[in-house]
Amino acid sequence: MTLPNSFFTTYRNERSYPFCPGCGHGLILNQLNRALIELGLDPKRVVIVSDIGCQGLGDQYFITNAFHGLHGRSIAYATGIKLTDPDLKVIVLIGDGGTGIGGAHLLNAARRNVGLTVLVFNNFNFGMTGGEHSVTTPLGGITATTRDGNLERPLDLCATVAANGAGFAWRGTAFDRDLAAVIADAMRRECFAMLDIWELCTAYYVPNNEFSRKMLEEMRVALEMRAGTVHREARSEYAHAVRAAGAEHSGQPALAPKPIAPHFASTLAREFRFVIAGSAGGKVRSLARTLGEAALLSGLWAAQQDDYPVTVQTGHSISELIFSPREILFTGVIRPDALVLLSEEGLRMSGRYLAALTGESWLFTTPAFAALETPARKVILDFDAAGVGDSKKQLALLLAGAALRQLGLFPLEALEEAIRRGQRGPIAEANLEALRQSVLIADLPANPRS
Amino acid sequence: MREFIDGATAVARGALDSGCDFFAGYPISPATPLLLHMIRELPKTGGVAIQAEDEIAAICMCIGAAMTGGRALTATSGPGISLYSENIGLAIMGEVPLVIVDVQRLGPATGGATTPGQGDVQFVRWSTSGGYPIIALAPSSVAECYSFTRRAFDLAERFRCPVFLLTDKEMFLSMSTVEVAAYESPPVRARAAAAATPEDAFIPHGLAPMDALPFTPIGGSHIVRFTGSSHDEYGFLTKNPVAIGRLNEHLRCKIEDHADEIDFARSDLQEDASTLFISYGITARAMAEAVLQARTAGRAVSSLTVQSLWPVPEAGLIGALCGLTCAEGVERVVVAELNHGDFRREVERVIYRWAAETRRRPLQIVGIHRVDGELITPSQFLEALLA
Ligand SMILES: Cc1ncc(C[n+]2csc(CCOP(=O)(O)OP(=O)(O)O)c2C)c(N)n1
Ligand code: SF4
Ligand SMILES: [Mg+2]
Repeated sequence: MTLPNSFFTTYRNERSYPFCPGCGHGLILNQLNRALIELGLDPKRVVIVSDIGCQGLGDQYFITNAFHGLHGRSIAYATGIKLTDPDLKVIVLIGDGGTGIGGAHLLNAARRNVGLTVLVFNNFNFGMTGGEHSVTTPLGGITATTRDGNLERPLDLCATVAANGAGFAWRGTAFDRDLAAVIADAMRRECFAMLDIWELCTAYYVPNNEFSRKMLEEMRVALEMRAGTVHREARSEYAHAVRAAGAEHSGQPALAPKPIAPHFASTLAREFRFVIAGSAGGKVRSLARTLGEAALLSGLWAAQQDDYPVTVQTGHSISELIFSPREILFTGVIRPDALVLLSEEGLRMSGRYLAALTGESWLFTTPAFAALETPARKVILDFDAAGVGDSKKQLALLLAGAALRQLGLFPLEALEEAIRRGQRGPIAEANLEALRQSVLIADLPANPRS
Repeated sequence: MREFIDGATAVARGALDSGCDFFAGYPISPATPLLLHMIRELPKTGGVAIQAEDEIAAICMCIGAAMTGGRALTATSGPGISLYSENIGLAIMGEVPLVIVDVQRLGPATGGATTPGQGDVQFVRWSTSGGYPIIALAPSSVAECYSFTRRAFDLAERFRCPVFLLTDKEMFLSMSTVEVAAYESPPVRARAAAAATPEDAFIPHGLAPMDALPFTPIGGSHIVRFTGSSHDEYGFLTKNPVAIGRLNEHLRCKIEDHADEIDFARSDLQEDASTLFISYGITARAMAEAVLQARTAGRAVSSLTVQSLWPVPEAGLIGALCGLTCAEGVERVVVAELNHGDFRREVERVIYRWAAETRRRPLQIVGIHRVDGELITPSQFLEALLA
């Protein structure tokens, strides 16, 4: 929405700057005003996002939109603004202090190439808080917190963003005659454009260091930091790129309910707690989910709670399931009615379940754990001996299938349908085959005892 | 028809159905599934979802987006709320409509990343400087994860402030059965658009007519000035004590004076019950089971499920104390939660003040607290009932 040039003769309002005499901040803001006049933008389509510090007062002197947030975070707010309205012109005013505390945002906005024009008001110290050192204070610089001279190497802002993908990086001073033109040029580019603008804090850095305008240039040469355009790189602008990438997915349905219509019957009359204890990679959680859906297909209510270490591909994997003819209120399992024990890792984490088993409970496991002492009814199933193919990989399903057959919680057909419903072709086929094999194994004991 | 679904999916669906179009977050157990849902789903609806460089950036991006007209959501767990802290203050000060999901895990510090907890109740209320109120809702079922998310978005628009959805690992990640017809769909209001007044008559931060806080997005039809500093109605910084006092009172009153529009609780009262159970979130499910078992065994008991933790539903609480008849009332209150007594403090505050004001003998208030990573069980409630 570009209006004719010269439509606005100024983008400043009638307020006067609050800065100390000789402070560089006002010079930079004047150049920003000239750049805005040159671009002739609609002020409603421009937002000045200011950081905290003396420079952070700057947004108040313009007729554009203004956003004044927290210290060091201006670039992150600006990113949210740009992502929401990618065609807005977003200008960030930030001090050297802000680039320190908000260093992560500076780096990441450069990496992303977010279309922001970032003006760094670099006066080598924290003006607002009393002249403490910042990330850009030169070596030897005297500040309130480096009384014997700064020992920390100053951050090369341009080199930092340039090395990390910024579209444009420039270094100069508040006194440069071409500053307005550079700002306008940076704003025309849709890229992360950072201008490291060196200037004077007449209240602190100047008196503390007998610093002067002339010394800006000498210091730059001594620090071997380049002036002018330091970096230019053509990359796609992030907010537009995010929108373009997202557009490829538009129109697809979002998360919609996947209701399950019950068409099997269960005779279960009370809550039944069913715990599967195995190892990572043993398909415990996916099986538990399928069992839950099978229960719903049978008109029951189900709940599933998983436990596994944060390193998901190792260690135990335990799923607690509750099946019930009524709504399940408390979802914890203290005493399982049936424990399906698959592995050593499962056993290690099953102490409290095993301790809670009674003569009414069931334990389904393999010969490896046949010696376990338990008052529960123990069903030991030897799929290897029965010659069931792939008994290692499918152990969870084989044992659970046998347990279901023994316990009659709901029909095996419901589990078959849940498998078909939730899993893709070949995986579903392999699981259905395993389920068939679990049925083939020798008859289950009529009344097993430990 | 029923659905087998976890809380994370229900929250994501609630957000999408509320018109959420911006999400920024940083991965953390147990909140990550919401980030994944939004990354996958938002592009489909024309929205944007971003993994930020840290939690600070995540909430900053959300605030920037919200002020540019977005309906913003973020999600984290306790450690991330710590990093949100300063910006929660900014969202309060700048009157930003923002929904924050806190999937509580066991603290302090890294604590138990995959372990449930309810230790952030006081934390979210006092998470930022100044002591200003926020809103926090606590679903105690997966169906409520959906409806409370909608409610949170509506309240965020209504009051233009951060609204927390406080849940926990178990509610968020565990699969439950939900009767599809049981999903409630409270309305989510549109953002109140500012009238097309001439520019010099536009007041972006009006304090007076609470009902219609007008909103213009950055980049919209009016010039917008947003600031986290003490400001006047036009968004300019001010040191005028009158203007500052008015603004800060407004930030408090807009919530406290309208608490009856926000707070809610579900009471399940029984005649002759001398004990009242109080709980919320996942623990309220054990409470419901205990109530069922107690009554089946012939023991009278009442319960109160707190649904808005902030503001505290004081009227609902005192109503439950009076019981059904208001003649006898309950004698004993049992507050159960997965922390050291975060909400019990509020119950004590409300009851002691009420007792003082009505010249009653204060009731006995006991807590059931658990911080070992296990859920409070129905038996713990029943033991407290018999004690
Ligand atoms: C989180 C936080 N920490 C500290 C401060 C105090 N503070 C205000 S301005 C500032 C430094 C400003 O320095 P700089 O960014 O260089 O801006 P200048 O005043 O020099 O323009 C600090 C530390 C703050 N506002 N917020
Ligand atoms: S303290 Fe320094 S930076 Fe701040 S206004 Fe004064 S001269 Fe400028
Ligand atoms: Mg500075």
